[in-house]
Amino acid sequence: MKKIYSLMFLLFGYQSFAGDEAAIDTGATAWMLTSTTLVLLMIPGLAMFYGGLVRTKNVLGTMMHSFTAMGIMTLLWVICGYSMAFGPNILGGWFGWSPDYFLLQGIDDVITDGIPEYVFAMFQGKFAIITPAIIAGAFAERISFKGYCIFIAVWGILIYNPLCHWVWASDGYLFNLGADGAIDFAGGTVVHISAGISGLVAALYLGARKQHPHLPMQPNNLVMTMIGVGLLWVGWFGFNAGSSIESGLSTAQALTVTQIAAAAGALAWILIEGFHQGKATALGFASGILAGLVAITPAAGVVQPMGAIALGIFSSGICYLAIMIKNKLGYDDTLDAFGIHGVGGIVGALLLVFFIRDSWMEDAAGLAGGTWGVIDQLGVQALAILIALAYAGVGTLLILFVLNKIVPLRATEEAEMKGLDSSYHGEKGYGMINPS
Amino acid sequence: MKLIIAIIRENQLDQVRESLIEAGIARITVSNVSGHGRRITEEIYRGQKVIPTMVSNIRLEIAVNDEFKERTIEAITRATESNDGEMVGSGKIFVVPLEECIRIRTGEKGNAAI
Repeated sequence: MKKIYSLMFLLFGYQSFAGDEAAIDTGATAWMLTSTTLVLLMIPGLAMFYGGLVRTKNVLGTMMHSFTAMGIMTLLWVICGYSMAFGPNILGGWFGWSPDYFLLQGIDDVITDGIPEYVFAMFQGKFAIITPAIIAGAFAERISFKGYCIFIAVWGILIYNPLCHWVWASDGYLFNLGADGAIDFAGGTVVHISAGISGLVAALYLGARKQHPHLPMQPNNLVMTMIGVGLLWVGWFGFNAGSSIESGLSTAQALTVTQIAAAAGALAWILIEGFHQGKATALGFASGILAGLVAITPAAGVVQPMGAIALGIFSSGICYLAIMIKNKLGYDDTLDAFGIHGVGGIVGALLLVFFIRDSWMEDAAGLAGGTWGVIDQLGVQALAILIALAYAGVGTLLILFVLNKIVPLRATEEAEMKGLDSSYHGEKGYGMINPS
Repeated sequence: MKLIIAIIRENQLDQVRESLIEAGIARITVSNVSGHGRRITEEIYRGQKVIPTMVSNIRLEIAVNDEFKERTIEAITRATESNDGEMVGSGKIFVVPLEECIRIRTGEKGNAAI
């Protein structure tokens, strides 16, 4: 009797399972849930990375730039971001829109490619959070809190969502550029190049910190910076391997090259630094990890291990050079949002064409109806980069110009001297150094 | 020789340093200290205003030859007065006679060692 019951239960259970959820690929869904969590982990990671690099009086204010992005961008993403990024083209393809996606109402029980669409929407939402948080590094230590909050909200709506739509939506025009689209596997253009150039524009627009560059401004806590970059590396597996939006071969390929490029970038940086300055610094290793990870981000779907090593090394070398040039020119991209994310993103998106695996090129040739070569793809990549640079750069400048008339973006001189922590948050980061 | 001890606001260290360097005084010792004077600062803890019992300040120690004394004091005062108007809590400067000064590496003593 018992047996029959359990047999019936099994049959019944199986049937109901098959009836309701046959469309769900549990393996892929589980990995996408994990990836979503991992990408979220990058944001506190970035908060620690940036937070450790500023002066003691700005540590909380700087960490809050990342944390408030989690609040603001999440809500905006749910209200309109997902719709603008992944809805069907409107306004001639400037961005997308679908009333179904407003407050995610229409995707409550939708399963796309075996994955509940909620998971995809949340996964993509994390990218919308981290991008403005990266920009914050360019104007750290001198922006008013209110100004920052409004800036990232407007920037997210007007710059990030359209760019994301162009590159990743199936009807986005960069997605359909050339034979098989501009290659941006996990956000080299959308996230890193757009954040980098926007940061550069904002840093130039807001001007340097007081006393920059003649007083050295030391990091308050490199230990926290190292923990932060460690979390970023871990989280990047969700960022890159998760961007395959499945759990399979391309996931494994992306994961492998991510690990390799980070290691190559880190070692390249301390070697360069060792020869140039005589010391291999911890911050150099951390910067190299980031340079490697940023460069592999657009390329993770198409390159093999050798390409990953090359991208890591080139990215570190060129970013190192970019930061030296920045110091010569004297502008104040405080935490090198452009120097690493912008430059590394461009290096990755361009140089990846030399390391694309053969099968991809054959597919592209098939789609192009004949031949498709490295140079053809290089043209497509360069065009996509230029469009991203121009759109994000000019757009950011316009946003800053208009916003600055309404809310002063730059912190007052007094607030900058006192520090963002006490001026905007009424708190101190560290109490343990002094008796209180 | 004099030892000049200045207790200044935490946030004014940068401008005081700049001002001192401008006045040709580059050898200083800086430490984080806490204490209380007449100043009251407010912080916020979970929606409540709190007034910490101790306020963080910066303590500068500068050993100078007698002829640099006025210049040092003037540099510190100039740098701190520009920003705080009539608010209390700008700090204090103490001047103490300095009996001896020895440069450890060379063993030089007195005025030459400062």
